[in-house]
Amino acid sequence: MPDTRELTYDPADLWELTLDDLEALEVGAGILGTGGGGNPYQGKLLTREAMKAGYKMTILATEKIADDALCMSIGGIGAPVVGTERIREGREGLRCLQGMEELTGRKMDAIVCEEIGGANSMNPLVTAALGGLPVLDCDGMGRAFPEMQMTTFSIYGHSSTPSVMCDLHGNRVVFQHAVSEVFHERMARACVVAQGGAAMLATAPMPASFVRQNAIPQSYTKAIRLGRAVLDARRNGDDPVATVCALEGGRHVFTGKITDLKRHLRGGFAVGDLELGGFDDFQGQTASIAIQNEFLIFRREGEVEVTVPDLIIVLDVDTGYPITTEMLRYGQRIAVLAVPCHDLLRSARALDVVGPAAFGYPEIPFAPLAPLGQAA
Amino acid sequence: MYRVGIDVGGTNTDAVVLKGNEVLAGIKASTTEDVTSGVFEALEQVIAASGIDRARIGAVMIGTTHFTNAVIERRHLDPVAAIRLGLPSGAGLPPMVDWPEDIREMVGNHGYQVKGGYEFDGRVLSPLDEDEIRRIAGEIRAKGIRAASVTGVFSGVNDTMELRTRDILLEECPGLSVVLSRDIGRHGLLARESAAIMNASLLRLADKTVQAFGHALEQAGVKAPFFITQNDGTLMAADTVRAFPVLTFASGPTNSMRGAAFLTGLKEAIVVDVGGTTSDVGALSHGFPRQASTSVDIGGVRTNFRMPDVFSIGLGGGSLVKGTTESVVIGPQSVGYRVRQEALVFGGQTLTATDIAVATGKAEIGDAALLESLDPKLVAAAADRMTEMFETCVERARISAEPVPVIAVGGGSVLMPDQIGDLKVIRPENFAVANAVGAAIAQISGETDRIFSLTDGVTRDSALAEAEAEARAQAIAAGAVAETIEVIEREDMPLAYLPGNATRIHVKVVGEMGALAEMEVENA
Repeated sequence: MPDTRELTYDPADLWELTLDDLEALEVGAGILGTGGGGNPYQGKLLTREAMKAGYKMTILATEKIADDALCMSIGGIGAPVVGTERIREGREGLRCLQGMEELTGRKMDAIVCEEIGGANSMNPLVTAALGGLPVLDCDGMGRAFPEMQMTTFSIYGHSSTPSVMCDLHGNRVVFQHAVSEVFHERMARACVVAQGGAAMLATAPMPASFVRQNAIPQSYTKAIRLGRAVLDARRNGDDPVATVCALEGGRHVFTGKITDLKRHLRGGFAVGDLELGGFDDFQGQTASIAIQNEFLIFRREGEVEVTVPDLIIVLDVDTGYPITTEMLRYGQRIAVLAVPCHDLLRSARALDVVGPAAFGYPEIPFAPLAPLGQAA
Repeated sequence: MYRVGIDVGGTNTDAVVLKGNEVLAGIKASTTEDVTSGVFEALEQVIAASGIDRARIGAVMIGTTHFTNAVIERRHLDPVAAIRLGLPSGAGLPPMVDWPEDIREMVGNHGYQVKGGYEFDGRVLSPLDEDEIRRIAGEIRAKGIRAASVTGVFSGVNDTMELRTRDILLEECPGLSVVLSRDIGRHGLLARESAAIMNASLLRLADKTVQAFGHALEQAGVKAPFFITQNDGTLMAADTVRAFPVLTFASGPTNSMRGAAFLTGLKEAIVVDVGGTTSDVGALSHGFPRQASTSVDIGGVRTNFRMPDVFSIGLGGGSLVKGTTESVVIGPQSVGYRVRQEALVFGGQTLTATDIAVATGKAEIGDAALLESLDPKLVAAAADRMTEMFETCVERARISAEPVPVIAVGGGSVLMPDQIGDLKVIRPENFAVANAVGAAIAQISGETDRIFSLTDGVTRDSALAEAEAEARAQAIAAGAVAETIEVIEREDMPLAYLPGNATRIHVKVVGEMGALAEMEVENA
């Protein structure tokens, strides 16, 4: 292995997370998961155990790292429903980091979060802590998406191979080269089934200058702030739904009871439809949400109102806690929120990859949600 | 025929007799350490008060918070060898990793992680390490542990290794009680494992308790079958509780909320049930307890049971009052059922929440003269603290800014003020025995939870219909009236990557007990 390089950042700029930050991140990342991305609970436990064992979880502002610093993005891949039963071993991410350093012959300077929504908010923290690196305050989605090519890194030109994928058994797979990001996703997906449905994957390193330009900014700051606000609202008896809307510039589009829930499989993904009967301000209305791991399309009385990549968030109507698609049940009472996504996800280039057409709805155009206060 | 509902709480054992929908009598007796004499006493009293012929009691429904309280108070919990089959999976998160420290210590902190378990499709994750199981069995013997839980990764897909582990354990440790996770909970390893461990730690208490119930009925000459209410407010046969005490978790809150709705006729309200040890707080929506959509904590331990969204605070009639005027602490320790001996107002030596209620003039029980030496400042501080605790929990349970009534039930509800913030507090007739009323009106359920293959003309709809028919038939066989049956849970979950379009379908139905229909005819 080569040189011990000088630090590419000033240690004084590091923000060391506390246990309270982790509790808040669990809630905030769950909300940003838009139904998918898996439940961050187990990831939080792993992070907490690592913290108790003396490892430090540090966040670094993306603009505080040297341009040529090497950043490796990491995330879990596979079915969340597998992960809640076959729990991770705990060092898969570290093995990815070691594998990547061996493969490239270079030391990494920082870890980047692939996806802030859901469980993947926690995975970079554990990997970075075990590897003694900081995590940059940004991510590649600003929410959760079901497929690997759906990161702003891939969308804006980063080739994610060579990549390293490690499972809990100790297997290590290197994808040397993929001709396209979609091929990479396809190969990794096939491989993860052989590995038992869940693994960690690190993609080819990126220079910090690229990350700075193409990542969704301040993801950890935002997710932790969001989580803290919901927890405070719960404690103070304020309305958590309104709190989330106020903080994220979103709007409360529906409150209702789940009247039917259809789920089936399409190409390895859990696809489904949620039917809702309204109450409170939405008494007498019906609505539906189309699901593919995440919440994709919100319709009222059959008319499309909100579409991916804008965020469709489902919260427990009383507690404000996020409900993931696996937790949905007949009879549940939920609030539906719509939050505008980051501009990086709204370009024509991005919409080709994360717009309605990319999820099998070519007939539905993306109609961007206006930020609150402007005409819808 | 009559129905008798009995609620065995930490402090009081309440009983009611129902004829159709009419409460003929409701009484309170003290819970006793042996359980039997308290239940016997309650039965005798309520039969006398209602003047009915005991031969015409059709069924006895018992609700008990015994097992929940054991966990909350960390009492009567046996040490458990918690064995997980799944390494290298979960190496970083050992059994009980998310439990509060004190309860983890209580069940002995004997977590074992062993190679084993399955992948999602039934493939072996790791071959079972039988030598390690035998080594652990040796430790169990050496430590004198009497209960074990076994949790295999994906045991819902394949339970062979859990069964094999049980066989080895029983070979090596005859007489050991072994709980398998596949019998307890659902998908989701940590929560299912935690439920299995708690179940194992409660087995001895469960056996003792169910026997005590049986003896009490026998002593009272009541020949009717008895049922015990489970967490969704429906009934299970008494023998089932011996093996699965955790299924009674949170049945107390369900019963008191159903009872509160029944007694007031209110459909939307917040219910506060003040017992001797804890107060349970929840909300009624359309006359039913609101269900929790996230996982539920019992004594700080996360489980995956479907339960009412009710939380407990450690404040009840028997709660200990400690500390000084500046920093008064109430609960969670409680004298429980001994409040009538130990509280100052009854001539005892312990300062309790009940004493504070009497000293401030809110309640008139016992001998107030015995409280004269209490520091009035301490009394005022403790009373303020109690009001604050009630306000906080009601606010937490509140759904909206709309003022909804608060229904106060339970024997300890004298501790509650008449007004909480802007909300009016209602105490219905028979408020003190709402739990027993809720138990008496509990329903019979039927449930299907299995994997259907959606091929050869079987559609999602036809499979759901088949599952519902099965559940209905089961409920009818258990004594439910067909016309009253309704579906309360219906879900289908495709199993990713499995051939044959395999889908897990879960349908649960509930209906009124048949005995009730007979009573209606008789009463007409």
